[in-house]
Amino acid sequence: MAEEVKLLKTWSSLFGLRIVWALKLKGIQFDSIDEDLTNKSPLLLQYNPVYKKVPVLVHNGKSISESLVIIEYIDETWKQNPLLSQDPYEKAMARFWAKFGDDKVLSSIWSVFINQGKEQEEALQVAMENLKLLEENLKGKKFFGGEKIGFLDLALGWLANLICVLEELSDIKIIDKERFPLLLGWMQEFSQAPLINESWPPREKLLTKFQIMRENQSL
Amino acid sequence: MGEEVILLDFWPSMFRMRVRIALAEKGVKYEYRDEDLLKGGKSRYLLQVNPAHKKIPVLIHNGKPISKSSIIVQYINEVWNDKAPLLPSNPYERAQARVWTDYIDKKVYDAGRKLWTTTGEEQEAAKKDFFEIFKTLEGQLGGEPYFGEENLGYVDVYLIPYYCWFHAYETMANISMEGECPKLVAWAKRCAQKKSVSESLVDEKKISGFVLK
Repeated sequence: MAEEVKLLKTWSSLFGLRIVWALKLKGIQFDSIDEDLTNKSPLLLQYNPVYKKVPVLVHNGKSISESLVIIEYIDETWKQNPLLSQDPYEKAMARFWAKFGDDKVLSSIWSVFINQGKEQEEALQVAMENLKLLEENLKGKKFFGGEKIGFLDLALGWLANLICVLEELSDIKIIDKERFPLLLGWMQEFSQAPLINESWPPREKLLTKFQIMRENQSL
Repeated sequence: MGEEVILLDFWPSMFRMRVRIALAEKGVKYEYRDEDLLKGGKSRYLLQVNPAHKKIPVLIHNGKPISKSSIIVQYINEVWNDKAPLLPSNPYERAQARVWTDYIDKKVYDAGRKLWTTTGEEQEAAKKDFFEIFKTLEGQLGGEPYFGEENLGYVDVYLIPYYCWFHAYETMANISMEGECPKLVAWAKRCAQKKSVSESLVDEKKISGFVLK
């Protein structure tokens, strides 16, 4: 039976990008639909009535939301090139650090980006403590998934691109070579990996978008 | 092989109730150690095993720590997979279960908290919000006895600890859970008849007492 796989996302959505990567790594054909969140399509409202958010994966008419849930669904449905370990403890660790990335790392880095002066300094301390834990996770590994890109690499992948954008706009170095050599190494390996590299949203567009977001925050 | 399973937690924590129910459903023997977060912070043991979050509950299985109740419950389900499966075998249904536990995480605790941290108009808005969330969950139940359909599943285990908070919610905000969500209250009572649940839930009067302090 022909599989029908659709992904609803936005052009800049970091969480949507995770799904693009997961699908590409598995070699799955899919249709990508970029939504305008200021004018949500009937399709989005139909497939994600509770949250009305992206990304949403639609597989043969059935929809799944929440990017980390979607990646696990993809991994369980298409078994080639597994993203999560079969070992329950390794799986638990990958899930934990992915949530940590979303709940703590992202918000702490965002705080650095939108604040100034003393608040920015404090935010930077918190961000660095969080990043240190990720750095420790990379000891002896090329990727968070080990030798190959796995679930946690996809979950943290936004770091590899967004950090450079935010650092450029806020003129502050968050991930420096002395403190985070492994993280920097990972960012390079990951962002240059073939299927990952070709999917990044246009950098200039991202710079503009985040500049506007930053200005709006300080209003 | 000797299994060593330790659960570190704080007694009113609803997150630990989830883990206790999951362990009971699977018939796993474990040692429980209470971390009294109010008495003066976290024990050195907790800080040592859970540096990332310094939070509870923490399950320690043969020396390896796991935290966050959603991750712990899934872990328990995967390791002790010989009985009482908590997640369906179908990937789509598993994804739906995970989406609903994520929804519960994002919405229920904060909505409940607002019931006693707000007053007047703000509290009225909080009540509306609260019931909208519970009615959405009630809708998900459909005509089944449990969210897990025939048996207790992941979503049931995730949500049922809130049952012992119903009394506190009703007292603090002058609302009636049964009045607004009768099907959900019926579901909760049904779950509470299971030994794994009744032995893991904290007495609701104790919770109310704790909240009122």
